[in-house]
Amino acid sequence: MLIETKQLTKKFGGLVAVNEVDFTIEKGKINAIIGPNGAGKSTFFNLLSGSHLPTSGQVIYKGKDVTKLSPNKMAELGVARTFQTTHLFEESTVLDNVIVGHRLRTKSNLWDAVLRTPRFKREERKCREKAMEVLDFVELTHVMDQQAGSITQEEKKRVAFALALATDPEVVFLDEPTAGINPGETEGLAELMEKMVQRNITVCLIEHKMKMIMKLADKIMVLNYGEKIAEGTSDEIMNNPAVIEAYLGGDASA
Amino acid sequence: MVSLLKNKGWVIGFIIAAILFPFVLSNDYFLHVLTLAFIWMIAVYGLNLLAGYTGYLSLAHAGFFAIGAYSLGLLSVNTDINFWLALLLACLITSAIGAVVGLVALRTREHFFAIYTLCVGYIIYLVIDKWDSLTGGVRGLIGIESPSAIGPLTFETPLSQYYLVLFFLLFTVLIMYRIVHSLTGRTFIAIRNSEDLAQTIGISTMKNKLLVFVLSTFFASLAGALYASFIRFIGPDIGYITIIFDLLTYLIVGGIGTLAGPIVGTFLIVAVSQSLQFLQDYRMLIFGPLLTLLVIFYPRGIVGAYHDWRMKMAARKRNRPQKEQRYFEAETDESEKKIKEG
Repeated sequence: MLIETKQLTKKFGGLVAVNEVDFTIEKGKINAIIGPNGAGKSTFFNLLSGSHLPTSGQVIYKGKDVTKLSPNKMAELGVARTFQTTHLFEESTVLDNVIVGHRLRTKSNLWDAVLRTPRFKREERKCREKAMEVLDFVELTHVMDQQAGSITQEEKKRVAFALALATDPEVVFLDEPTAGINPGETEGLAELMEKMVQRNITVCLIEHKMKMIMKLADKIMVLNYGEKIAEGTSDEIMNNPAVIEAYLGGDASA
Repeated sequence: MVSLLKNKGWVIGFIIAAILFPFVLSNDYFLHVLTLAFIWMIAVYGLNLLAGYTGYLSLAHAGFFAIGAYSLGLLSVNTDINFWLALLLACLITSAIGAVVGLVALRTREHFFAIYTLCVGYIIYLVIDKWDSLTGGVRGLIGIESPSAIGPLTFETPLSQYYLVLFFLLFTVLIMYRIVHSLTGRTFIAIRNSEDLAQTIGISTMKNKLLVFVLSTFFASLAGALYASFIRFIGPDIGYITIIFDLLTYLIVGGIGTLAGPIVGTFLIVAVSQSLQFLQDYRMLIFGPLLTLLVIFYPRGIVGAYHDWRMKMAARKRNRPQKEQRYFEAETDESEKKIKEG
């Protein structure tokens, strides 16, 4: 167990977006969160990665309470994430976009930059090497020197993965990683996630594409109206009446 | 690598042109105008680091320019301390004030940041204008000393002052180049791109934003202090709102978020407005439409447009054969997205 949430709750005014959710993320596995639109998946993600403060409840990471940590502190502890929309610096090259991902593992400051100290040179090289390494991992070496604005949607998703991986994470949160790309490319990204798990990086994702999730995920949680309605393996989820009701609505007995 | 050499070519070309200019055109008036333009360039570089590279459009920088100028002016008029020490102190005082303003201002973003800093700038102007006993109010400060000699080097003549300001400009450009081409610079750019994303890759955004803010006020005050020692008379006008919009125009025309932008923009506008002197304020009738067109068609200014063009050429050279296929792929992506959304 890598991350655990206890009674995690987030209220926006009168709206309860996430309601007393207990969830565990297993180390070295692909964990998925699914649910209909507006079920609170993204909010739950934001609570885990520190972007939102919960109204009540706790987030435990490796036995430590990290509920109130800011996203940058979470990143330092090894929690990385991607967003639904990929914000890249379009005028710059793909490689340049990824280099900054390793910044949090470096110490050089303004003076190092202005005086071009040995530490600065060493760390610049280190970040560049890291960026090359993760771009190789996501199989993007061939577009490395192209402008980020000129690559395909799928390649942009891969760059976002690379950026998250450049932080040396232990767990990566992926917010709808395959939204807006075609089935063949989805397959490719699924393989990439499996490759990440083989590298001992835990994956946790939000997804809409059920077929892919059922095949890919080791563990699934289903949210509906902010509440956890089911948790388990894909077989358990597929046969769970509450899940079928949430997705198909009304009587599921027929 | 080739582009780096080309960039170096530009830099060397600029330095040689700037050094040789007084010999080619030994006209004191031109020398005066150009020295002033160099001073503005330094301030624009400060603004560029904050607005261009970090994405925080500050409208308080005329105020910081004025604080720098008045700090040096007051130290020079009221005390006996050495000019160079006064210059350093002026920059440090302004940076300290900048840090305090930044701590509050950087809690806001985008339009709110711009509006807040606009107010701060105006307040600084008002304080200078109304605090008669300290600043002399509307009468201004007279008799600010020019830079004192360093060994055999004296700075009494317009020519020597021209070279002194040029030295500070090159110093500024060097520092900017080194900051932008470093992990620190990449951090700033990441914040401009998306603050949320920057935070999730472990960047402490507040710390970095404050650093940029203080740095940019430092360069604004350096420009202000040089201005005070060069003109030797300052009034509250130098902190007025119109100054920041002048600086901003230089930056936008040259190219916001580019290294050469401040020099290109400032030089171009100063040159054009000098040659349109005879039109007086009516020259704005020409400036206005030109600026509008530029912002619509080249939002990253002249230098940005040049960069884009170079990138396009490089891309065309690289994948001429695949280009059509790529277009096709991009289109299917788009249509698929539309189907899903619809």
